[in-house]
Amino acid sequence: MKTITIYPVTRLEGHAKITINLDDAGNVADTFVNVVELRGFEKFCIGRPVEELPRIVTSICGVCPWSHHLASAKTNDAIFGVTPPPAGRKLRELCNAVAYTEEHILHFFFLAGPDYVMGPDSDYSVRNVIGIAQANPELGKKVVRNRHLGAQMLNIISGKSIHPVTAVAGGFSKPLTEAERQKLIPMAKEVLEFAKFAMSFTKENIFPKYLETVKTVGVINTGFLGTVTDDGTLDLYDGKARLMKPDGSYEEFEYADYTDHIGEHVEPWSYMKFPYAKNWGKISMDLDNPSAIYRTNSLARINVCDKFSTPLAQAELEEFREKFGRPCQLTLLYNWARLIELLYNAEKVNELLEDPDITSKETRVPVTPRAARGVGSVEAPRGTLIHDYETDENGLITDINLIVGTTHNNAPINMSVKQAAKTLIKDGKYDQGILNTVEMAIRAYDPCLSCATHKLDGSIAVKLEIRDSGGKVIDTIANW
Amino acid sequence: MAVKVAEEWLNICGGCEVTILDIGEPLLDLLGELNFVHMPVLMDHKYFGQMGEKDEMEIPEADVGIISGGVRTEKERKVAELMRKQCKTLIALGSCACYGGIPAMANMFPLEAMYEKVYRGSKTTDSAETPNENLPPLLEKVLAVDEVVKVDVYIPGCPTNPDLIVKAITALLEGKTFKLEERSVCDECPLKREKKASGGQIKRTLESVEFDQSQPWENTRCFMEQGFLCLGPVTLAGCGNKEGNGDGVTVPRCIKGNMPCRGCFGPIRKGANPLVDMMSAISSIGLDAKQVPDRRALLNRYIGAQNRLRPLPARPSR
Repeated sequence: MKTITIYPVTRLEGHAKITINLDDAGNVADTFVNVVELRGFEKFCIGRPVEELPRIVTSICGVCPWSHHLASAKTNDAIFGVTPPPAGRKLRELCNAVAYTEEHILHFFFLAGPDYVMGPDSDYSVRNVIGIAQANPELGKKVVRNRHLGAQMLNIISGKSIHPVTAVAGGFSKPLTEAERQKLIPMAKEVLEFAKFAMSFTKENIFPKYLETVKTVGVINTGFLGTVTDDGTLDLYDGKARLMKPDGSYEEFEYADYTDHIGEHVEPWSYMKFPYAKNWGKISMDLDNPSAIYRTNSLARINVCDKFSTPLAQAELEEFREKFGRPCQLTLLYNWARLIELLYNAEKVNELLEDPDITSKETRVPVTPRAARGVGSVEAPRGTLIHDYETDENGLITDINLIVGTTHNNAPINMSVKQAAKTLIKDGKYDQGILNTVEMAIRAYDPCLSCATHKLDGSIAVKLEIRDSGGKVIDTIANW
Repeated sequence: MAVKVAEEWLNICGGCEVTILDIGEPLLDLLGELNFVHMPVLMDHKYFGQMGEKDEMEIPEADVGIISGGVRTEKERKVAELMRKQCKTLIALGSCACYGGIPAMANMFPLEAMYEKVYRGSKTTDSAETPNENLPPLLEKVLAVDEVVKVDVYIPGCPTNPDLIVKAITALLEGKTFKLEERSVCDECPLKREKKASGGQIKRTLESVEFDQSQPWENTRCFMEQGFLCLGPVTLAGCGNKEGNGDGVTVPRCIKGNMPCRGCFGPIRKGANPLVDMMSAISSIGLDAKQVPDRRALLNRYIGAQNRLRPLPARPSR
């Protein structure tokens, strides 16, 4: 018996470790991804004034702080029983769309992309964004510049791109001036051009090379969760939940009723919980016969929605469906779906900047504390994000529950890594390229392990553990 | 010869790493002078060899080590110790590394109370025992990096400011050291101050501050003097940058967003007590310091390590 350790899993947000144990024949018997740390937000937010939460929960994640910020502001609206003025809502949506462009560029080109641009089995010392910048300086410069444009736009709109402060109970604290709008327009146009370039560049030069890998690595059979408007259009800021079964049929519900549909299962070998679709039966991560498992994030969203509201993204969705069907179960295509969403958000930013409401000075309504419960959700880049708060009559938090994007994907990540390891490692043969390809199955989900461990404090580590057919742990290596 | 850099993240959100990228295009020039030998967020160097073949954890030797995040687990303590051993100069990047950061708000509670909430007190969770198979126990509290190893350079902020990272690295490349000047956020805030508040009530951010974006910043009254609690007087300056503003004026980040400061850069000098100092700042302009809601957590939001936040003794029953 032999143990393979991949530690740390790199180019993802947070700490992870994969341990692969092989049986005597050199094949993978079974695997587990353990999450070995937790964070404490649900405890230490209790007692805090609810209007301060949009500035506290942001620190759950420095990569998607806008998602937590906006979900928290929406939950505040519900707690106080107010609706933000149109400009307040649209400035929130604008920030959400800009943040998406920045994060999707970050994930594809800085984290996942090096596997595809440099090759999964290229030398590890160049398989990174610095390697890309050295091999193709022009591309490297474009990538660094366009991601940074998003951050600069958010600074202009709100003052603080990471751990923002301007989405508040009742709206948005800072109106956009006409001078700022004029500054943003050329930046938004440049990002849209980059999004178009990214889509065509990858479709011509990257994805065709990996179609075989895409069809075999990390593929599992699950349901999907995403957010849509009443007519089935994808919406990343607001809407109802659409929960799709693996056969493509779906049910819809309001996020305020999420506890009727989503449960969280605890395994003794992971601090991270396993959300599941309550009404689909008991959760099972068995690769051959999975049950009650659904996925979130880009691929899930483009599977559940009927359409995009912007023309270029809609055309890409049609092409994607033509090629891969609906729902598409090919895990590595999360990356392709992410680039379609990059395009959608870049279009959306330009659209919102032309909206006559966007420079209105009416961005916020005052609020008065009361005892209430409120649920707020947004689509975070990594999946559906749900915040649920209760307050006393002074507006202090008495209870809080959070379900974040990556946590929904806990079970699917476990399954995809197991599937990838079983597919790639045969008869004890493997090399660093194969081990990196196992990591690619995790990277496709763009997991944000800081988000996923918001429950208790600490950075996260993921560990893959192999057991024999009887469920006995063959070997374990801990990452602490 | 290029300077070797190793970067590690401990109890993190990743915001400080994104801030490194927020240096923008000048980062590409800096990369010519820096040789990153270890950085899990962007690079594939592994602890136990690329094939996992080694027994001992390895981080390459480096001239400069950067650590973000505080310390919550034994594993993070080990990584911090190894970084110290391998790196000539060690930088604590961001307020989590410098003071524990927001995650150190957990230090107000015993660990067991958190397990209870998460596994047996959540409305969506099927109640269960605290997971304990092959999982590392957490440390009882969140520690700042300098509670574990010696730190040479502090770059605080939640997240920090990309300009400061460039300044610190440039100083180190020139063989100099780097330290932020002991100034307060108010010292770099352009808002108008009259040294007294307009009323006796401290306001929560349930309503907007008064501002006029068509006028220069100097025409807007200090938020504290408008009655909103703002931690500017007790917080280290450094967050503001001209670029974010577009009009060439340095404005603290949250002020630019029409929101009061919450102290993310930490105390102005080592050993300062922002809670006590803030109370006297509030009183000095004629506001009632006793009215601050949730005072202890609010005034220590980013600095709960180093024993600033601790579980309160249970109140005696009456």
